[in-house]
Parts: sequence; structure tokens; C-alpha cells
Amino acid sequence: MAWFTRKDKGIRTPTEAKKEAPDGIWYKTPSGKIVHMRELKSNSYVSPEDGYHVRIGSEEYFEILFDNNKFTELDPEMTSADPLDFVDTKPYPSRIKQSQAKTDLKDAVRTAHGKIDGLDLCVACMDFNFIGGSMGSVVGEKIARAIDYSLKNKVPFLMISKSGGARMMEAGFSLMQMGKTSAKLALLDKAGIPFVSLLTDPTTGGVTASFAMLGDFNISEPGALIGFAGPRVIRETIGKDLPKGFQSAEFVLEHGFLDFIVDRRNLKRRLVTLLKMLNEEKAETKKEAKKVEKKESASR
Amino acid sequence: MLDFEKPIAELEAKLSDMTKIASESGVNMDETIKSLENKIEDLKKDTFANLTRWQRVQLSRHPDRPYTLDYIYELTDDFVELHGDRSVSDDKAMVGGFGTISGKTYMLIGQQKGRNTKQRQMRNFGMANPEGYRKALRLMKLAEKFNKPIITFIDTPGAFPGIEAEERGQGEAIAKNLREMFMLKVPVICLIIGEGASGGALGIGIGDRVLMLENTWYSVISPESCSSILWRSWDYKEQAAEALKLTAGDMKSFKMIDGIVKEPLGGAHTDFKKMSSTLKRTITKTTNELETLTPEERINQRIDKFSQMGVFNE
Repeated sequence: MAWFTRKDKGIRTPTEAKKEAPDGIWYKTPSGKIVHMRELKSNSYVSPEDGYHVRIGSEEYFEILFDNNKFTELDPEMTSADPLDFVDTKPYPSRIKQSQAKTDLKDAVRTAHGKIDGLDLCVACMDFNFIGGSMGSVVGEKIARAIDYSLKNKVPFLMISKSGGARMMEAGFSLMQMGKTSAKLALLDKAGIPFVSLLTDPTTGGVTASFAMLGDFNISEPGALIGFAGPRVIRETIGKDLPKGFQSAEFVLEHGFLDFIVDRRNLKRRLVTLLKMLNEEKAETKKEAKKVEKKESASR
Repeated sequence: MLDFEKPIAELEAKLSDMTKIASESGVNMDETIKSLENKIEDLKKDTFANLTRWQRVQLSRHPDRPYTLDYIYELTDDFVELHGDRSVSDDKAMVGGFGTISGKTYMLIGQQKGRNTKQRQMRNFGMANPEGYRKALRLMKLAEKFNKPIITFIDTPGAFPGIEAEERGQGEAIAKNLREMFMLKVPVICLIIGEGASGGALGIGIGDRVLMLENTWYSVISPESCSSILWRSWDYKEQAAEALKLTAGDMKSFKMIDGIVKEPLGGAHTDFKKMSSTLKRTITKTTNELETLTPEERINQRIDKFSQMGVFNE
């Protein structure tokens, strides 16, 4: 006799009673490598086997960058209005609500300040999950205010872009955010405060054509798509297939628009190295000031 | 000819026939002619007072509509066109140079469209490449150096989406113009004379005064592309135009532009001389206003104005 005999015949489990393997435990990279989520997380969301950089959002970037994941968020409650009463296949406000429910985010950017390796830094990080990381009034305003914070407190500014471009549902208002953010960056530039722009996968359209390309340092992650026009639009315009690797971070580096590409696992270290170099003078003046203080107190 | 221009044109043809018959036959038809003229005038007023947004988009692209160089030649007594970005090439979709208007020297820059197939190809349909934006910036810096006010003429279906444009940094070129234009010490007046499509338009559109001609549009995307993306079909362009609220009136009411320049009844192309003289007056008046401010005041106001744009809840 077999060691196991099926006693009941024709067992049918109703769908609602079926137990599924929980989602999101394993991650499969485009090249087919499988990695446990816990391992992926501890590896800055880079697949250890093939170096694939998984698309992540503000929550993950803040965690990677800020010391002990400690930071102060700026304008966390700001949300989109609907100045144009925009309706396409559905009204804009319901799109917003849907996205908010799906992502647990208020809009497509979060801004915060905190310390990285002890250095002050103000960061604006886009979330692609929120309507394709598109830029409307909220994104523009939050970035503008983050730059204001950097200006006021003389803190370096890091912009992490991840966006399909301007948000159509705010039409002209979205377009003018390109102007607004660039205006603030002009002031930051004049004030001599460092601005690092990290362009992540994907960064296109009005975001590329404004703040993302204006860094003192434009940097990116391996394989990120970076461009002004999207590949589909270009293909349709010129009626030809696009060369392999076109608009990849490596391509953009080769053409001279990026300073370097950094593996996300080294991002924090590279940023800190760079910012410390720029901060040298300040550190020196602080030391000088301390010396003077000491002398003064000694002479007293 | 556009659909809504046809009934007017038909009446105008009838009028010219009638005048011809009257003069040939010697029959007095003055009264009939007069009444037909009034009818035409009424129809024009009625048609152009009630244009839909899409109809304005059509007018902004009218094949007879004046382009940048038409205005520049008409407005200036002398014009010296300047070429090249000093790096890659001379972009023929972006023109510019010093010119005098009523005895005063300006830097005049704008996108240029072509009138026939050959010209359209040469001008790349008014779609500039990165070198066009860099040429524009070079000319703006020249204007700043010699303390001349800048006038930009905006008329583009967008910055060119091509392989070379990407290789040479279309995004970076536009971005840099935005940042640099905020810091220009001289007065900057931007005129939207036709199509103001997205970043390609804004790339020469940061000014102390941004003015739109009555029958132009300015938005983040063309109605056609908007339709294709949001409705997944090209057939919703009229609805897209309505939704985008892209006319001069819309943009003024949202405070995204500073003013509207009135066009002759029927559009800029129906009375080019009148349109040009209106523009000339506008340019002179606006420049005089701006020159009462110091460079710092202008820069601060320019930055403040754009910083105010946007609607959100908090």
C-alpha cells in the first residue's frame, strides 16, 4: 500500500479560501536574478548578483542618506489643488485621491533636512509612484521652499529627480514650476551654496529641462534613463529605431552632461566626500575662529 | 483657410463681385453693398468674439500668420542678424540680432518657422535644437554686455525631440536658459506671437513682462499630444484644448502672463501693418516702464513673479 492515500476525491478549494504566498518577499530583477527583499533592503535596493538598481522612492532614499534615518520633513501636508478644473477620462482630484491612497504619499516629492555623516543637508526627493513623479504646483513649490531652506541656513541642497516631466493636469501651472525652481536655483548659485542633482531612473521632460540639469554636480545611478524627450516621442518623430543604450546614464555621461555615475551602495559615502571637500574652507574658518576665541580668552 | 473663416470669405467674395458689377454696369448698388459690408463686419465680430480655445490654437498656426522675422523686419529700422552658438552650429530655427526700433537698439530673438516646404525644413518647423537655445543665451549675454533691452518672440511647437538634440543636451540647454534669464541685468520682454509649446517656449520665455498676442496659446503640451496621452487617441484635441486652458485670456486670468496684445479683427494675419504698429507701441511703452527700475529691482521682481505661480493646499 502506498504511504499516502487520498481519501477524498475531487477536492476543490474555493478561491477565497486559498492561501497565497505573501507578495513582496522576493524580488526578480530584469535579468532574472531573484533576491530576498530583506537582503535587497540591506543592500540599498541594489540586486547583489547583477547590480540592478531597483526604483525606490523618498522613503528609501531618506533612509539610505540621513544618519539613523533621522530628518525633519518640510511642508509634509501640502497637497494639489485643481486650479483648472481639469477633467480628461476622469477628474484630476479623483486621480490625486487615488494616487494618495495607493502610495500613502501626498504628492510626487518629499523634502527634508537632516544630517548625513554629521553634515547638514537639505534633500528633495521625487516619488515616481505618484502620477509618474509628475511636476505640478506642489512639486514646484516644495522644491522651491527646500531651496529657500538651503539659502536661509546655508546648507547644501540635494535634488533626487525621478519623473516623467510636467503634470499635464495643471497645464500652464506645471510649466511655470520649471521657471520657479530655476529662479530659486539661480539664487542658490549666486549664494555659492552647493547643489548636487542626482538624476535617477527615469528623469525626463520638464524636470530634465529645469532643476535636474542645473546641478553644480549632475550625478546619476547606473542604467538610469535620462532625457528631455521620451524615447517613444523621438522614435515617432524621426521614424527610426533608437540606438542601444540611448539616453542611459552612461550615454549622458559620455556626452558630457553628468559628472559621474555612482552605485547606490556608495552614494552616501561619495556625497559626503564631495561635500566635505567643499566644506573645507568653512571648517578652516571655524577653526580660525576658535583659535581667535582661545587667544582672546587667554589674553583676558 | 480655416473652417470658421470660410463663411466670412464667401461673403467677402460676394462683396467684391457686387462691387465689380456695380462699377461695370454703372447701376447704383451702394445700399446693397453697404448692407453687405455691415453684414460681414457683424459676422466677423460675432465669429471672433466667440472663438473656442481650439479655434484660437488654429489661428495661432494659421499659414498666413506673421512669423518672428516678419515682425523684426517690419518693426526695426535696421537689423543686424547674428548667427551661431560658438560651439556646434547655427540653428536656423532660432534667429536673433541687434535691431533699432524708433531709434533705440534692442536685442531681438525668436523661433522662426518656414512659409513653404523648403523653408519649413530649413527652419525645422520652428523647433530649436540645443544649439538654438545656446545661441539665444549667447545673444542675451551680448545684450547684457552692451546694456540693450531684450525682446523674445515665441512661436514654437516645442523644442526638437531628436537623437542629436538629446546627445547635445536639449534639457540642459533649456534649463540653463531659464536660470540665466532670471539674472539678466537688462529688461526682458517676451512676446508669444503664435505657439507657446512647453519647455521649448519657456526656454526663451523668462521675462520682466510676458505678453501674449490675442490668438496664441501657451501651455505645457499641445492639445494634440495631450489628447494622445490622456485620451490615448488624437481625436480629443478640442477637449484637450478646453481642459488645458491655454489661451491668452486663460493665462492672464491665472497671472501666468502679464498682458494680452490685441490683434486686428480676424487675426494678426489679416492686417499685418496694424498688428506691427500695435506691437511697436507695446514694446516702446513696456521698455520705458521697465527702464525706470534698477537692474536689481527688475531681477527681484522677475524672480518674485515666477515664484508666485502655482496653486496648492496646505
